[in-house]
Amino acid sequence: MLPILQAGPIAIQMPGLILLAGVWVAVSLTDREAPRYSMKPSTLSNMILIGLVVGILSARLWYVIRFFDIYLENPLSILSLNPTTLAPLEGVLTGIAAATFYGYRKGLPLWPTLDVLTPGLSAFGLAVGFAHLASGDAFGVETTMPWGIELWGALRHPTQIYEVLAAGFIFWLIWEIRRKTPFSGFLFLTWVALTALSRLLIEAFRGDSIIAYGSLRSAQMGSLVVLVIALIGMHLLSRAQVQGSPS
Amino acid sequence: MSKLNQLIEDPIRWGAIVIGVLILGAIWIGTSQVPASATTSGSIPSPREGFAAPDFTLETLEGETLTLSDLRGKAVVVNLWASLCPPCRAEMPALQSAYEADRDRGLEIVAVDMTYQDNEEDAQRFADDFGLTFAIPMDRDGTVARQYLMRALPSTFFVGPDGVIRKVVIGGPMSEATIRSTVSEMLEEVP
Repeated sequence: MLPILQAGPIAIQMPGLILLAGVWVAVSLTDREAPRYSMKPSTLSNMILIGLVVGILSARLWYVIRFFDIYLENPLSILSLNPTTLAPLEGVLTGIAAATFYGYRKGLPLWPTLDVLTPGLSAFGLAVGFAHLASGDAFGVETTMPWGIELWGALRHPTQIYEVLAAGFIFWLIWEIRRKTPFSGFLFLTWVALTALSRLLIEAFRGDSIIAYGSLRSAQMGSLVVLVIALIGMHLLSRAQVQGSPS
Repeated sequence: MSKLNQLIEDPIRWGAIVIGVLILGAIWIGTSQVPASATTSGSIPSPREGFAAPDFTLETLEGETLTLSDLRGKAVVVNLWASLCPPCRAEMPALQSAYEADRDRGLEIVAVDMTYQDNEEDAQRFADDFGLTFAIPMDRDGTVARQYLMRALPSTFFVGPDGVIRKVVIGGPMSEATIRSTVSEMLEEVP
């Protein structure tokens, strides 16, 4: 755990820095993959950039709208940024909507575009694991296993390390199969399925799960739904593309 | 990959795999279920979101004794500060006006002076300069700094009426709107 790196007078927030590095790696991987899909790297990096900028600005805007009366009294505070004054979910959804709209306007085909983004997405997934490792978020439940780590006042499962290992494996696999996919959309749905599977498995060792219906971990139920949808989606896509192709 | 493709295309074999995944997944979810009290749920004291705010009892500048857990039922802002820290200075007026705005609705501000790094005269002068009316406990031996793993000043912990930390802001200064919007979420839970 290294939440803050003190570089002389500057306190660097490590998790944020790692995520930023993840975005950079994701964009460069996408740039490299684009020509194989006959797409312009600049169109794709613009799409990512638009998604990020709109996402961050709207996360801020949704938060201000929620507490509009308070910000009306202090309008200048709208510019005072702090990670706690963002509405993350709304921001992510608005960012994805903006990127989708841009891609649609540029005539990017849906499934090949998702495929070309997949190596970048899986690299970003790895960065999320490392960011959790740096911050100590997404921590494990208490354990007596010999590999437990001392964190937040208890000996816990090192779920951040499980997450990094799983994300590392997923990235490696996606990288290996990215040129051998049977139909378009396969790579993306494989990534979705594996990511959902890893969350389904690792969530069992988490100490911060949100519990629903008495004792069930809600993230596991969500992951299983996503996993099954991805598998069914693979079936539908493969059949649609067989019927659509001349062979 | 063509074998895999044939498998995915075959509704019966792929359907069996999907159902198998669904059953195994459900079994896994079943075996990993826990009572809500086994996850964070506020039972363990630790200075982070979702945990119980570590409790302390300190003497205030006014000479009274303050125990954090006595403030259950109120929305509490625990702010760690020192008079020699410029961003603490910059955010104090915002804390004071947030306090004036929401005190009647159940807001308490506990501004713990890091007295072991500061000194009481400077802290008193600071409180007088800004006309601070909330409680200022003095951490004379660094107990609270250790309990709250203080790594930067100011550090602010938003504690809900149940004593569980809702948000942590390391560093500052926070704007008044940041404080008030975070507090207003907690005030909704105040009975």
